[in-house]
Amino acid sequence: MAGASKAVVDSRANLPFVYRQYSPEQLRQVLHKMYLIRRFEEGAEECYMRGLIHGTMHLSIGQEASAMGICMPLAEDDQITSTHRGHGHCIAKGAEVSRMFAEFFGKTTGYCKGRGGSMHIADVAKGNLGANGIVAGGIPIAVGAALSSKRMKTGKVVVSFFGDGANNEGAFHEALNMAAIWKLPVIFVCENNGYGMSTSTARSTAVKNIAERAAAYSMPGVIVNGNIFSEVAEASFKAVERARAGEGPTLIESKTYRHRGHSKSDRNRYRTKEEIEDWMANRDPITLFETELRDFGFIDDQGIQAIRDAVAKEIADGIEFAKASPAPEIATLENYVYTEHA
Amino acid sequence: MDAAVRELSYAQAIQEAMAIAMDMDERVFLMGEDIGVYGGAFQVTGDLVERYGTDRVIDTPISELGGAGVAVGAAVTGMRPIFEFQFSDFATLGMEQIVNQAAKMRFMLGGEVSVPVVMRFPAGSGTGAAAQHSQSLEAWLGHVPGLKVIQPATPHDAKGMLLAAVADPDPVMIFEHKLLYKMKGHVPEGHYIVPIGKAEIRREGRDLTIVATSIMVQKALEAAAALEGEGIDIEVVDLRTIRPIDRQTIIDSVKKTSRLLCVYEAVKTLGIGAEVSALVAESEAFDYLDAPIVRLGGAETPIPYNPDLEKATVPQVPDIIAAARDLVKGVR
Ligand SMILES: Cc1ncc(C[n+]2csc(CCOP(=O)(O)OP(=O)(O)O)c2C)c(N)n1
Ligand SMILES: [Mg+2]
Repeated sequence: MAGASKAVVDSRANLPFVYRQYSPEQLRQVLHKMYLIRRFEEGAEECYMRGLIHGTMHLSIGQEASAMGICMPLAEDDQITSTHRGHGHCIAKGAEVSRMFAEFFGKTTGYCKGRGGSMHIADVAKGNLGANGIVAGGIPIAVGAALSSKRMKTGKVVVSFFGDGANNEGAFHEALNMAAIWKLPVIFVCENNGYGMSTSTARSTAVKNIAERAAAYSMPGVIVNGNIFSEVAEASFKAVERARAGEGPTLIESKTYRHRGHSKSDRNRYRTKEEIEDWMANRDPITLFETELRDFGFIDDQGIQAIRDAVAKEIADGIEFAKASPAPEIATLENYVYTEHA
Repeated sequence: MDAAVRELSYAQAIQEAMAIAMDMDERVFLMGEDIGVYGGAFQVTGDLVERYGTDRVIDTPISELGGAGVAVGAAVTGMRPIFEFQFSDFATLGMEQIVNQAAKMRFMLGGEVSVPVVMRFPAGSGTGAAAQHSQSLEAWLGHVPGLKVIQPATPHDAKGMLLAAVADPDPVMIFEHKLLYKMKGHVPEGHYIVPIGKAEIRREGRDLTIVATSIMVQKALEAAAALEGEGIDIEVVDLRTIRPIDRQTIIDSVKKTSRLLCVYEAVKTLGIGAEVSALVAESEAFDYLDAPIVRLGGAETPIPYNPDLEKATVPQVPDIIAAARDLVKGVR
């Protein structure tokens, strides 16, 4: 692509923000990771169907641009708190799919040593403080991490991901207020996929847009199309700049959609087949981004195929790694409950 | 089996009880997350919203503290709410309203009001849902005067105790083990009540009393059946209510068998087993004991995700068999 990049650079001036801000190689990496998230979840789903993974899982298929766009401007040591629908956040923040699969298989090589599974997936070394089984549970924790950043002057920015359903928990309101009064470097990212389990935002939430909640806590409230990577990344970039400058928190509402049911036991009785198919056919975030990249000359069909092939191999290798990894010994049952002293 | 004996699942039995309660009393209504068109996370409310409408089967936002409080407020002012927590773990979010308000309001106001609220909590491990969706927190609530706390172990009792809870003027907390929801058993038609505060002897025996709660009752019965062949004769007491606890049934059983094993899924220490052991030790049954009292409870850990670790965390049938055998043979 070396030859193409000069033309790309020359013509970038009129393109959306991310195409000016990031290199073509970086943007191709984004597409790679969006595919990685999608295929990871498809792979996990298949392993679940085949009985290789137990419990349940919440897939973020359809929401990949949101996770990638928000994490785009984050540095490696910036931190996130995530949700039950957190596989995408985890990969976007830099996790390896092999260790994620290992966690789903309950193995010692997993990110949580087989103790957490899908709903508690984390990668602390990469700044992911964990998915959460409690709706809104991660929001105050993110504010606490931002307080540490401010007190310890680490310069870290913290992102708290949560769903639309979380905006009706007390923890959300209490956390936003504290972040605002103490001007903490935290970004609240509401991934509004229209439903909290079966309950639409229209039935659960008094405001039309969750971004309007920001007004109550005197912080900017920004709405983005969560399926358009460049829109999400631009909003995140601005919020990160604001946080790093000590100007305080931002609430970003990223409007998106989950293609799959809420969890593995959802009969999709609360939404129509037409609605689901419309989002899948017309607003798939990977298709949208891939088309843009191709139209702007950042990638060609061959490049796309190369990404898909590389991702397929990463997924297959990851599953093999998970299968081959050891399971925890029963004797270690009570490990990690308290801090071990040497 | 007698063709006239009607069988329902535990979940269906609860659903039928809620329908009967709503048919009998206009004041009864249901509240909870995704209990309407979704039918509840465990399909307990099922199609009740189609039969009773959204005024009586109310989907709340994801707001456990507020939701529990709304139920308490409605109960104090003349309604009969049945509030479903989606998982018992989320009781932790509603704790303020349960513990500080529902449990104490009648007392604090000198008996001027009562709080006839029913709360339902799907509880327990075994579904691979990991640390925040698998807990057994019934003893927490059992520690609070003002609350009644029950753990039905059969479809029959699930229905009869829910109807007792709805009729009760005080707050009743119902812990339903998720692995019991699909269990089938005889459930009589129509309205009937299984009293709160009364344990049930599920199996009579001479050599050992097992006091068990919830799903552990089924496991204790399996263990008892397995030990029959070895000539060990076990009495299984299904505690059913942990507050107020049925002291007399336990004491009488131990006086008969002279040995006591407590089996429960919640974390072993500071739990129901401690209470049962202590009440026996404090009673005249103490003089009848031929062996130390033994407790089998959950390991001192949150519930792990890995399925083998998860199983190892809570008592299983072989654990009960081994403990019972040791007790009767005098190994312990
Ligand atoms: C405190 C709490 N209440 C309820 C649940 C059960 N639950 C898990 S996810 C979910 C829906 C969450 O909706 P939303 O926040 O919009 O996230 P989404 O699933 O759409 O990504 C519910 C009700 C929970 N895990 N925690
Ligand atoms: Mg949602």
